[in-house]
Amino acid sequence: MLMSLLAYLALAIFLAGFAWKIFQYARSPAPLLIPTTPAPLTKIGVAWRLFTEVAFFNSLFKGNKWTWLFGYAFHAALVLVLLRHVRYFADMPHWFAEVQIFGVIAGIVMVGALGMLLIRRFWVARTRYISSPADYLMLMLLLAIGGTGLLMKFAFRPDIVSIKEAMVGWVTLRGFQTPGDVLFAVHFALVLVLLAIFPFSKLMHLGGLFFSPSRNQTDTPREHRHVNPWAAP
Amino acid sequence: MANHDVPEVKEDIETPELHEGATAHLAIFPAQEKHMVPLGFPGARVENWQQAGVDKLKDLLEKYRSLQVYLDICVKCGSCTDKCHYFLGTGDPNNMPVQRAELMRSVYRRYFTPSGKFFPQLVNARDFDEETLKKWVTYFHQCSQCRRCSVFCPYGIDTAEITMAAREIMDAIGVGHKYSQEIIGKVHTIGNNLGIPKPALNGTLRFMEDEILDATGQEVRLPVDVKGAEVLMVAPSADFFSAPHVESLMGYAKVFHAAGVSYSFSSIASEAANFGMFIGSYEQKRKIASRIAEQARELGVKRIVVGECGHAWRVAYSFWNTLVGPFDTLDPRYPVPQHICEFTNDLYKRGGLTFDKETNDDKVVTFHDSCNVARASRMGDTPGGQFTIPRDLIRATCNHYADMDADTIHEKTFCCGGGGGLLTDELMDLRIKGMLPRVTALKQVMKHDKVNFLALICAICKAQFSKVLPYYDIPMDTVGGVHQLVNNAIVLGKNKGVV
Repeated sequence: MLMSLLAYLALAIFLAGFAWKIFQYARSPAPLLIPTTPAPLTKIGVAWRLFTEVAFFNSLFKGNKWTWLFGYAFHAALVLVLLRHVRYFADMPHWFAEVQIFGVIAGIVMVGALGMLLIRRFWVARTRYISSPADYLMLMLLLAIGGTGLLMKFAFRPDIVSIKEAMVGWVTLRGFQTPGDVLFAVHFALVLVLLAIFPFSKLMHLGGLFFSPSRNQTDTPREHRHVNPWAAP
Repeated sequence: MANHDVPEVKEDIETPELHEGATAHLAIFPAQEKHMVPLGFPGARVENWQQAGVDKLKDLLEKYRSLQVYLDICVKCGSCTDKCHYFLGTGDPNNMPVQRAELMRSVYRRYFTPSGKFFPQLVNARDFDEETLKKWVTYFHQCSQCRRCSVFCPYGIDTAEITMAAREIMDAIGVGHKYSQEIIGKVHTIGNNLGIPKPALNGTLRFMEDEILDATGQEVRLPVDVKGAEVLMVAPSADFFSAPHVESLMGYAKVFHAAGVSYSFSSIASEAANFGMFIGSYEQKRKIASRIAEQARELGVKRIVVGECGHAWRVAYSFWNTLVGPFDTLDPRYPVPQHICEFTNDLYKRGGLTFDKETNDDKVVTFHDSCNVARASRMGDTPGGQFTIPRDLIRATCNHYADMDADTIHEKTFCCGGGGGLLTDELMDLRIKGMLPRVTALKQVMKHDKVNFLALICAICKAQFSKVLPYYDIPMDTVGGVHQLVNNAIVLGKNKGVV
């Protein structure tokens, strides 16, 4: 019952908070054109620039190869792991079971990459200097989520049928019985924490990147007059 | 040369060890009441400055998407930590871009985020108190707004935007930097940063006409306030008086002369620079830019051409149209504004100019991409034209050219160390150390390619290099403008009438 309540609370905070932040970013004006140049001249060019940032972490690659490697491995693996988890929330076609192995491998890669990011954060004097407790806690939270997930996969297998029942009940807003498995309860509770802090943390880079003026503007100030919405007429 | 601690130039640019507080002692000269009040800022620190500062931050968060997004989404990946020239030169951790921004982020978290309100220790949230303000004053005047960090940030977080906001907040509570405020005052009262009144401006231009006449036998004109001229030429005022800037000014004049394009300077808009950007004030940026738009209308010109000045070109190219556009009275066939390099290169390509490259044969040239030109503007029709056009022009006027290391040019170029409103004597120590990465790359090509001339297109860079290069045992006349090369190479009296 308590878990059920908390689960809905966390989901609500996540959805409302994320929507609010996106609304806030979209609503706030961009008075001047400030793309980091050379920048694309067309909207399609901007879409491509953002795509390369999201798909390949282009700028990070220029900046630091190790951080890029670990960061990219983590994010790519996370995507696969999330895809793999879709089966716990909905009925999937038969072939989906066949490709589960990629998600499982990704789970291992993800935890490994997180570990490397944590070590790097602590190891390199510069990143250690810039890190607050929250930066370490965020990595540890993700590590704990990944770690409990791997434990369920490889060591202490929970009753997946009751878990799936609960998850479907959760996301279809029909309510659910909390499965009795302790490892799962920990895994799930940590995910709820992650969801609840998401909109108020640096995790908002997920949405914020698309609103970064230095990356999402065309370099066309002479060709088209950009109007500052709050300038005196 | 005064005594300064000059860092050792290594073979390659190296990331230094952290050196806590290395530049904490560097203090700016505070702006006084007489500098602040005319610009609409409080004359002294206001009574309720903490609340007023937080209120101003709220105001800016609502006005600038950049600030809101950039304060939120940094994940502290560390990609920027070894990219700032001031960090590379000083090792001071507060000169790592992320840590500089953290000075503002920690305040933002404290007052504007739930985590900072309830768990300040956990997320490093700080009150906007005396100690924080002191760090703001110090380290937001150790950022030259060069945007190099933004290139390497996975989200494009631009520390320049944060520095501008910080300076705007400080101005709003009466804590200003004398250097920029005093100069903006001169622009409004006299017309230019150097404070050159019209008679002096006229005098120096007539003197230059005589110089050119003596040297070439040609009557090249440098006219002021001529109505009906084709082009309004807006140069940084340093071009009128400083070395090596004047050489470029004579270069511009000869280009107009050789091409037969009528032009004029303006005594009222006798300054391309716009320090409104350095202090982050939209209103000052607009006011300073409006002098030029008004003069273009007043003189009835068809085009505006901007001289060799980096941040001025950013404001002109990226912001003018928004600040004071549209430029309805100008000829729509030409971009507004045009950079002098675009103008000259275009004329040359169309056969309107003749260069004798051998006049520059004593030089092996390299080109320093000035930060605001490289990362905040464009020339020509294609992205990256700001890199190719000046280089094309150099190759058209010189036989010997070599680029510096690829990690230090184009969008990855290093600031000269004096941009962003820091070209002031009290920050000399910072200016020397901030030049270290650029000097390292320069010394490499001086050694391997026998480079002996550093060409560039920025008045601040020219002033900074000619003052600071000697500390690194490089002669001050190593630096000069691209149009200084044009000035040497252009053959007068050959081409006429190409427009």
